[in-house]
Amino acid sequence: MLFYSFYKTLVGKEITVELKNDLSITGLLQSVDQFLNIKLKDIKINEEQKYPYMLSVRNCFIRGSVVRYVHLPAEDVDVETLQDHSRLEAREQKKMQQMQQQQQQQSSK
Amino acid sequence: MSDKKEEGTVEEPLDLIRLSLDERIFVKMRQDRELKGKLHAYDQHLNMILSDVEETIKVVEKDEETDEEIVKSIKRNIKMLFIRGDGVILINF
Repeated sequence: MLFYSFYKTLVGKEITVELKNDLSITGLLQSVDQFLNIKLKDIKINEEQKYPYMLSVRNCFIRGSVVRYVHLPAEDVDVETLQDHSRLEAREQKKMQQMQQQQQQQSSK
Repeated sequence: MSDKKEEGTVEEPLDLIRLSLDERIFVKMRQDRELKGKLHAYDQHLNMILSDVEETIKVVEKDEETDEEIVKSIKRNIKMLFIRGDGVILINF
């Protein structure tokens, strides 16, 4: 959920999404969901001449699984909070694992 | 298992990544891509956010006349980058 919450703070900002097929799309982040699917508006393709069929596309929905990278606006990223949240989430994850193990042990008794 | 969770202990592989937060790491990706950058965030899928990233892509080009294969590396720098975890092969601290 860390990156989902993170992307929600970037709504309205300009990002560049680089897909696994090398297509790079720059646009304003409109919305994001738990799978990190992304909706972009006012998009621009970085190598327009190579992908002429994309010329007329203004808005798009990108399935999260086809994303390779997302170039982020560095000035809008607070690295301190990101690091804190990463540590927090790691701890939560471990707690969940331990609880599940305990439940399994109890049910096998 | 003890309830105490010290920040410095390593019980599982992901703990190693946690200890690398705010450090420069090396990431090997699919399609002969390599990244070097400072780690700021990660999750259990190995989605990551790196800053001051240098990406090296290795491309093999075949010489038409001599049939020689030439390995070219292309470098680029990115200020702040999100990496989707499914493309990650290994992380070097």
